[in-house]
Amino acid sequence: MRQVRHIFKKEFTSYFISPIAYIVISIFLLVTGWFFFTTFFLYGQANLRNFFGMLPIIFSFVVPAITMRLFSEELNVGSYETLLTMPVTFGDVVLGKFLAAVAFIAAMLVPTLTYPITVSFLGELDWGPVAGGYLGAVLLGATFSAIGLFASSLTRNQIIAFIIGVTICFSLTLIDKMLFFLPQSLVGFMEYLGADFHFENISKGILDSRDIVYFVSVSFVGLYAAHLAMQERT
Amino acid sequence: MIHVQNLTKYYHDLCAVDQINLDIQKGEIMGLLGPNGAGKTTTLRMLTGFLRPTSGNIRVKDYTIDKDALEIKKLLGYLPESAPLYHDMLAYDYLEYVANIRELDREQKRSRIRHLANLCGLNEVMHQPIGELSKGFKQRVGLAQAMMSDPEILVMDEPTSGLDPNQIVEIRDIIRQIGKEKTIIISTHILSEAEATCDRIVIISQGKIVADGSTETLKQSSRGEYLVGISLQNARFDSVKKELHSIDGIVEIALVNTEQAGEENILHVKLTCQASKDLRGAIYGKIKETEWILLELRQETKTLETIFRDLTKEN
Repeated sequence: MRQVRHIFKKEFTSYFISPIAYIVISIFLLVTGWFFFTTFFLYGQANLRNFFGMLPIIFSFVVPAITMRLFSEELNVGSYETLLTMPVTFGDVVLGKFLAAVAFIAAMLVPTLTYPITVSFLGELDWGPVAGGYLGAVLLGATFSAIGLFASSLTRNQIIAFIIGVTICFSLTLIDKMLFFLPQSLVGFMEYLGADFHFENISKGILDSRDIVYFVSVSFVGLYAAHLAMQERT
Repeated sequence: MIHVQNLTKYYHDLCAVDQINLDIQKGEIMGLLGPNGAGKTTTLRMLTGFLRPTSGNIRVKDYTIDKDALEIKKLLGYLPESAPLYHDMLAYDYLEYVANIRELDREQKRSRIRHLANLCGLNEVMHQPIGELSKGFKQRVGLAQAMMSDPEILVMDEPTSGLDPNQIVEIRDIIRQIGKEKTIIISTHILSEAEATCDRIVIISQGKIVADGSTETLKQSSRGEYLVGISLQNARFDSVKKELHSIDGIVEIALVNTEQAGEENILHVKLTCQASKDLRGAIYGKIKETEWILLELRQETKTLETIFRDLTKEN
């Protein structure tokens, strides 16, 4: 387990060594800032519902971009071979990389705290939903990271890893918007699968154990699949 | 130290390593030789725990690979082919990262990195990104990485490939220096390298071991044959062939080339002889009976190269 810490540290710092991190963060802030504040004054309501509302869609593009290199690059360069012949387990590697991605997403969210602070000057801001929203954002980011990590473990090509990651994350986001295609009996089930559905609950400030269980279990499935995919390569 | 039993690896239907048995003693420098695609890298990858064998068993000390892979990895240092490293990390950061994973404590870490930097000649590149280093320096960073925990067993896959002659000599010196105390396994397809650095040579071809022994024993035991080269003036090859064929023990007579010297031809002939007896006297006796003029007669030992070619071609 100590190895997880070292892998985490290495992955997290290497995000900030390469320019990719800064580009991703800038794009994320630009896009969220633009979409949030262009409509904010039209509604005239002091809340962050709009910001959190678009987060699942934005995350389903940004998070796979963050995770795409985690395994693909190692597979491509071959450094995976040196890594796995050191005394580490598959679990250490997967967990270390996953936590690094989650920490990076959390770091990416920190500058957006200026939004609620700005809004609180403009009106009466209810901090409950904001706190819930940020908790949900981290959980959603973690879930998408696990999926992105799995996509990255499938291929040595980062672009393919990105596309696979986006496809899965985007489907999970949109699935509850597509329910009118389905027979009534399946709606409840498919709705439960939708990441957006669960994120909405949390970002309203409602902490329901079902939502948390959803995020934790999807993350677990993603990580376990990545674990299996890596094991299959040896 | 290392005990390999019936090691087999299939990639789907392709058999890369076929029932290999090996015993490697402590302090041995073993060279794994073979043509491209013979299964060298696959064997090393299984030894280091990177690949799981399809069947067979590897034991290192008292550990077996399927149960105590982690313990074995602690005993091993591994330099993969062409030293794949993280290109965006600084050499120092990378070595520190390896030291952390290898669980060196703070004091040890610092002194060990300093020691390895000196040993591998890395001092001037410690603060450069690995991706910007030349091939030779990358290889040295890889070597330093492999030796980080002062492992008892060092496994290196083609450690000198792609290096210039000076760097090759340097890396070989390093290998020989550490080989005094450690068990070292290197793979290579450069024969002179194996000859220069290894105590023991194992030749594999198409996943099977075809020869195993020190360079000396390999040279001697090669099929129980040795070569005698003769140069004759005033002779024709078909008559030479006819005359010498009557000597018992000569397996093969081959013409190397003919050389024009004034009006006379000089024949260079190679005789393959059975190792059981020295035939040089008999050959000379035979030549004395004829009109030929013997210019040269020499015994040739088979070089590692010919042995290698013999062994890996026929399979």
